[in-house]
Amino acid sequence: MTITQHRDVVSDDQPELTARRESAADKIFLGLSGTAASLILVTLAAVATFLLVEAWPALTDTAGALAERVQWIKPETGESLIEIIGFLVFGTVIISTIALLIATPLSVGIALFISHYAPRKLAAGLGYLIDLLAAIPSVVYGLWGAIVLIPVLQPFYQFLSEVLGWIPLFAAADDGTVSGTGRVAMSAGIVLAIMILPIITAVSREVFLQTPVLHEEAALAMGATRWEMIKMAVFPFGRSGVIGATMLGLGRALGETMAVYMILSPGLSYSFNILQAGEHNTIASFIALQFPEANSSGVSALIAMGLALFVITLLVNMAARWVVSRRSEFSGAN
Amino acid sequence: MNIALRSGAVASAAALTLLLSACSPSNEADPTTSDATDAPVTSDAMTLTGTLNGAGASSQESAMEAWRAGFTADYPDVIVNYDPVGSGGGRTQFLDGATSFAGSDSLMDEEEYALAVDRCDSDAGAIHLPMYISPIAVIFNLPGISSINMTADVIAQIFDGKITSWNDPALVDINPDVELPSTTITMVHRADESGTTSNFTDYLAKASTMWPYEKSGDWPNALGESGPGTSAVVQIVQDTEGAIGYADASRADKLGTVALGVGDEWVPFSAEAAAAVVDASPLAEGANGANDLAYKLDRTTTASGAYPLVLVSYHILCQQYDDADERALVTSFLKYVASDAGQQQAASAAGSSPISAELASEITAILDEIAAN
Repeated sequence: MTITQHRDVVSDDQPELTARRESAADKIFLGLSGTAASLILVTLAAVATFLLVEAWPALTDTAGALAERVQWIKPETGESLIEIIGFLVFGTVIISTIALLIATPLSVGIALFISHYAPRKLAAGLGYLIDLLAAIPSVVYGLWGAIVLIPVLQPFYQFLSEVLGWIPLFAAADDGTVSGTGRVAMSAGIVLAIMILPIITAVSREVFLQTPVLHEEAALAMGATRWEMIKMAVFPFGRSGVIGATMLGLGRALGETMAVYMILSPGLSYSFNILQAGEHNTIASFIALQFPEANSSGVSALIAMGLALFVITLLVNMAARWVVSRRSEFSGAN
Repeated sequence: MNIALRSGAVASAAALTLLLSACSPSNEADPTTSDATDAPVTSDAMTLTGTLNGAGASSQESAMEAWRAGFTADYPDVIVNYDPVGSGGGRTQFLDGATSFAGSDSLMDEEEYALAVDRCDSDAGAIHLPMYISPIAVIFNLPGISSINMTADVIAQIFDGKITSWNDPALVDINPDVELPSTTITMVHRADESGTTSNFTDYLAKASTMWPYEKSGDWPNALGESGPGTSAVVQIVQDTEGAIGYADASRADKLGTVALGVGDEWVPFSAEAAAAVVDASPLAEGANGANDLAYKLDRTTTASGAYPLVLVSYHILCQQYDDADERALVTSFLKYVASDAGQQQAASAAGSSPISAELASEITAILDEIAAN
């Protein structure tokens, strides 16, 4: 409709020329942006194809040739490729879960403080700082975690296992001690939590800021305290947004390589003992560990693991997007 | 951290290494006919130009830096690149034709020997030359104690979780002069597949009856702590009182080290002791002709003063290079590496053990033969 109106206005002068010029510019711009948009699809398809093609020899290996060529695949001790992927998926999920359990409440707290409590100037500064956290390379987090954080945490883990050792999660090994170095799933989870804090905080803050002012004022007018107002107006409005933010954080935690690689003493098991070393590993860290010395069969097996990770992160991110987009349908603007 | 960054660089490495001796002028005089080991600065030095690309074992990285510096001081127009991607990656790049030589902690298998015949310019295929001998130290962190005696059996039990405290009778018996604390032993091993682990487990499997596993580059049991790469293992042992691990001897620094029981003696690691065990070892079966110096290390040696826990890293090269520039670069560089000067450079930079004089002259003869082809 706007186009017709526009044409009416300029039609007195040179209607045809303007129209043609506009349509040419339109076409060029459409072509450019369309190419850019489809490039992302092509990239995604290329990555998926690469993973499938390269992983195929390992995935279709039934004669046991893979176990012969790759030292860390040991079907006789229950570590065939599929079983290893199973252990790694479990390790990836448990470490990411620890990270989420720590990061989500913290992030929501920070986001609420920035959106509803902090004075305007402080809020801007704080938001900037949180975003800065996201800019620190993961290898720096890994180094810091391995050299500074872990030695500090180790005595705390020992204490934790003595007090809460009856919970399987915090159980010590048979000799009554937890890992002497602190290179355990818990440490990896804590560092990952710090790494995913910025994204969860940033998205939550945006969601909380969008709470309709009318809802908030209505709550306050009814005599609600600020906390009651947040409970009544902000949380119901932002719930799905926070869930989406959390899942975006989960997506990052699942794929994080460097920090886990440098912090964890890896191992393969379905153990819930997050204070014991040599029990868990993540897919990404396993790939980084074994790639340097891998031969062609080994690389193929590692890419098969990459494929598994790709599928998992794709699903998590799609779920996150879906939750976030659902929010806009029945949310605040109405 | 280097190791970590490396994995990211692998992809680009293949592309980079394609810059093979791109800018060489036609080479009228064969620069390798003179004895490069004695008189590197001759008129030949002016004619040797180009880029030499290699890739492989990260164990050789520090030594390779010393070799590169020493060699390019003699031949300023030559650029030597070495990408420490790991032994497996190095062999793959070499067999793909992306590099002129590979550094490798382990020997080529049958399949790789066959691929080498395709990659090289004649059916003679590729050979191994042992250029880097490095003792592996068993390191520990006990304040005030710098050396402990251990037999292969004791080491095997510690690393298999059978001995768990430092004042275990098995340790106290063979260390009468050392006051051992009751600290719990924290065992530390490599998390990644590595040549160091492969040599360490090979030693345990052969020299001890208490080690239930076979030789493996991947750590065989699920016990203890682990870290990616030598630096991480050393770091963990340094930070943890009561920890024991194994690492390239050059990285042992101020940590305590274990003297191995060999025959009736206790032998701490030393350059001579490490070179001695290589000279006492036979060549591996399935080697590619007389020029292929692929050793089968004798871990159970009882020779006096030999330290059997060593890592031998090889350079893998073709027996024939049709490209004269590439041939000249490879042979003169490797001759420098095998020379006394080269080996001493590596010893001071990387703490490796110089190869013996006999071995060096054997390698030089082989390289002369390749250069003359």
